[in-house]
Amino acid sequence: MDHVLTLLSFGKEGWGDEIAAGTLLTIALALATLPLGLLQGFLLALAKNSDDSNLQRAADIYTTIFRGLPELMTLFLIYYGVQIGLQAFIGLFVEGVYIEINSFLAGMVALGVVFSSYSSEVFLSAFRGISQGQYEGGYALGLSSYQTMRLVILPQLIRLALPGLSNLWLVLLKDTALVSVIGLSDLLRMSGVAARVSKEAFLFFGLACLIYLVLSMISSAGLARIDAWARKGDTR
Amino acid sequence: MSLGSAAAEAPPAPVKTARPWTFTRIAGYALMGFWIAMGLGLVAFLVSSFDPEFMAKYGAKFIKGLIVTIELVGLSVVLGALVSLPVAMGRLSSNKIIGRIAYSYVYFFRGTPLLAQVFLFYYGAGSFRPFLQDIGLWWLLRDAWGCALLTFTLNTSAYQAEILAGAIRNVPAGQIEAGKTLGLKRGVIFFRIVLPQALITALRPYGNEVILMLKGSAIVSIVTVFDLMGETRRIYSRTYDFQAYLWAAMLYIILVEGLRRVWDKLEARLTRHLKR
Repeated sequence: MDHVLTLLSFGKEGWGDEIAAGTLLTIALALATLPLGLLQGFLLALAKNSDDSNLQRAADIYTTIFRGLPELMTLFLIYYGVQIGLQAFIGLFVEGVYIEINSFLAGMVALGVVFSSYSSEVFLSAFRGISQGQYEGGYALGLSSYQTMRLVILPQLIRLALPGLSNLWLVLLKDTALVSVIGLSDLLRMSGVAARVSKEAFLFFGLACLIYLVLSMISSAGLARIDAWARKGDTR
Repeated sequence: MSLGSAAAEAPPAPVKTARPWTFTRIAGYALMGFWIAMGLGLVAFLVSSFDPEFMAKYGAKFIKGLIVTIELVGLSVVLGALVSLPVAMGRLSSNKIIGRIAYSYVYFFRGTPLLAQVFLFYYGAGSFRPFLQDIGLWWLLRDAWGCALLTFTLNTSAYQAEILAGAIRNVPAGQIEAGKTLGLKRGVIFFRIVLPQALITALRPYGNEVILMLKGSAIVSIVTVFDLMGETRRIYSRTYDFQAYLWAAMLYIILVEGLRRVWDKLEARLTRHLKR
């Protein structure tokens, strides 16, 4: 027991501080990805909801590609692909430049792309839940289409999309574990390092699983509060 | 002027107006242009870097990896369906303790990343080696493929149990009451009345779960299982040829999209009696 406590302590002998840092990185990555994925997903939903067939098709192609690829594949394609592509492009002008992409940024973009392809479907079905009369009501009051979107549609859209988006947030939190593969020191990677050095694999991976569980419990509690806030206008 | 001639006179043709260049129209052309350019770029890259030697050497490897992926996902989904039955029963049980245990099982597997679970089982098993050898399970956990199969089976069983339990709960109580009124036994009511209706509603989530497993299965490449992703990573590390990833990505998209469409057709066919 003492042995375990030493291993988990903060400080030189223990791995507590490393794992805490990894946890913070996991949370930071998920939080940084969220606005990106939400905005991109919202724009995609607008495109799918528009009356221009080209725009709809372009958005559908995006969704098909990034929902069809394994998340790990998306991550590799972005991490290695962009690196190789940029290198080839800059190589046209300057010889012998080596480019390395920040793995946090690559992880953020890859997870954001995956998140947005799912969230666009959530937003789209939320759009379908809002009746045409709401738009017409907005226009009848003399609001511009931007004002109608912001003041009339968006507040209702958030309420309708919230359950789906909550699920996607929990999925995103779990998907961050994949970035450990491209060398980012997140929770899973730090646990892996601790496990390899201390030879206590079950302890550290078990701990990592517990921390992920706690993170998703905290998220669920937070999301329930946001949901209650979004629903406070409901009369039923 | 008679009434007939007025009716025969055609209304004037609408004046043709050019469609205005709105923002959405320009954006639509721009984005479709972007995808067409990307598609052409991909084809150009694959054609220019096409190498008969690469294909002869590694083409069969991709197929081998694909078969490993399909085997792993197929087996774990089927075995997971079996394991999910008692778990779903536990979720629906009126006994509080059994309910709690089943809920904890589901919560653990759904609340943690699949990759962390694979690591926990694969590397963590070493901590219990003497015990596992005693109960004769060491052979399964020693091998990366067996370990991945075990983790995937347990993981998907938690998701499938939740799908099944939710679907059974959604069967209207009147159906069960009607069965009781007819004097049917509990087993008959469950298997002939409740389960068929539950499976119909569970069809779509089941399809999504298979697709999620198919995509999730790529992570086994990290614990040295040579599935499609694993073979791709091995080929890339030998050749540094990026087309390896592109071919694999296309295979994955074809597989997932194909499965999704087949499942949609299947669902439409099986639920055609519910369409109004």
